[in-house]
Amino acid sequence: MTYVIAGSCIKDDSCIEVCPVDCIHPKPGAPDFEEAEQLYIDPAVCIDCDACVEACPVDAIFPDFDVPAKFDYALDLNALFFAERSTAERTAA
Amino acid sequence: MAEPRPRVAIVGAGPAGAFAAAGLLRAAGDVEVDLLERLPTPWGLLRGGVAPDHQEIKRLEDTFDRQTLARGCRFLGHVDVGVDITHLDVMRHYTAVIYATGAQTDKALGIPGEDLPRSWAATEFVAWYNGHPDYRALDFDLSARRAVVIGNGNVAADVTRVLMLSPTELERTDVADHALEALRESRIEEVVVLGRRGPAQAAFTSAELRDLGRMDGVELRVDRSEVELDPISTEWLAEEGTFTARCNVDLLREFAARPPNPGARRRIRLGFLRSPVAIRGSDRVEAVEIQRNEIARRDDGTLRARAAVDEDTETIECGLVLRSVGYRAVPLPDVPFDERYFVLPNEAGRVLDADGEMLPGVYTVGWIKRGPTGILGTNKRDAEETVTALVDDLRSGALPPPKRPGREALDALLAERKPDHVTVEGWRAIDAHERASAEHRPRVKLTSRDELLARAHSDG
Repeated sequence: MTYVIAGSCIKDDSCIEVCPVDCIHPKPGAPDFEEAEQLYIDPAVCIDCDACVEACPVDAIFPDFDVPAKFDYALDLNALFFAERSTAERTAA
Repeated sequence: MAEPRPRVAIVGAGPAGAFAAAGLLRAAGDVEVDLLERLPTPWGLLRGGVAPDHQEIKRLEDTFDRQTLARGCRFLGHVDVGVDITHLDVMRHYTAVIYATGAQTDKALGIPGEDLPRSWAATEFVAWYNGHPDYRALDFDLSARRAVVIGNGNVAADVTRVLMLSPTELERTDVADHALEALRESRIEEVVVLGRRGPAQAAFTSAELRDLGRMDGVELRVDRSEVELDPISTEWLAEEGTFTARCNVDLLREFAARPPNPGARRRIRLGFLRSPVAIRGSDRVEAVEIQRNEIARRDDGTLRARAAVDEDTETIECGLVLRSVGYRAVPLPDVPFDERYFVLPNEAGRVLDADGEMLPGVYTVGWIKRGPTGILGTNKRDAEETVTALVDDLRSGALPPPKRPGREALDALLAERKPDHVTVEGWRAIDAHERASAEHRPRVKLTSRDELLARAHSDG
């Protein structure tokens, strides 16, 4: 499984600070950080530790089996964000 | 005798001020922080801006409370710095001040008819439905069938949703009672949302755009012709477009492909590459006249929307216009102001005087520091920068103690100038009352200063 960030994310970076595997992006200072409308969790890296859920001040993070219906798109969106990133990295390399 | 603890005043208890207070308590530890606020209630746009159907975001107030007021930071509400006490009063009583007053006015369209009755700044509508005490008396006439929202940002999306939500949905939120009553009687069936630029450059977040397309009983109509990208936008999207911009274009194409829904209760129409050139009407808004735009590249490579030649203007009949094309900070008495960028001139949060010299002890954070950009969390990083500067200055000895140190001196001044100011206990009384009044709602807001002050100063 993985955790997923919904559209109510306010880009408070508390989740990034507590993530033990650095799977939440973009990070402050990254070129796409300021333009990002929210943060995303990389489903291929997330270890389901729950730390980000505790840290989020607006409860915007859910386990994939418990995403509210109004955020049902979030899982695909988080995955798409990283799919595009890795394409960009492959193209750049 | 031990050195007195440094005292810092933060003017404006909105998100930027709250993040600064929290950061200061974390970084400096042994410092007294007072949050001075013009309204009797804290948290600024979290209470008065964030849309009532986005309650999850308002949970941030618990974090603000826990990291500021619950850690000894004082709340001094209903105190207008610049009016009740001056900048010089603040400097006499505090080691340092951080201005966090935000961007309080909206940009005008600068077109004929803008001042007609029923043409408003979207922010006035927002303040009204969110129960801001200074806006509760505004009289929004919602008797027309069609409203036009000008702008493509977050506020434009918010006001559109609020106009389209059903009374049943609104009843579950903390929308102000006077607004709930008026929206219940609303006859508005269609909101037309117009963007100056194209679908690829729309300022909506994809979350907001998606929300517009998922409202119960509301048809979102986007004509196929609206989502055909011009060659410049196609190239821009592929090479420089953000993840959000690509998501938005995909969403808009999906919306455009939807079959019509004649059974819908209400309808939202999105139009792009359109600017209003005039608002028409004899004694109130009757129509908006619209011009077509096209996307062009500036010499520096950035994109802009310019009026398309050889295109006739079109007219959209409507009885309400809400404009949302940006905000502006207002100058503060006795504090330098950059009239070009509408911010306090500053370097990493240290306010500068007319000669570009550091003004000792004066700092800034949030929209009045950087301009009206970013989202809630942006203020956290912004506050960290300002707090770092302030703490460095404290430690280097650059900030001498104030002439009248100690909170007793400030409290004596407030007792004289603003005896009915609201403390944290007063705010807690307001908060408890509003939450207790709500059965199936998050809270029922008190919306007049008199009510708020009466509750703050009551004993139970």
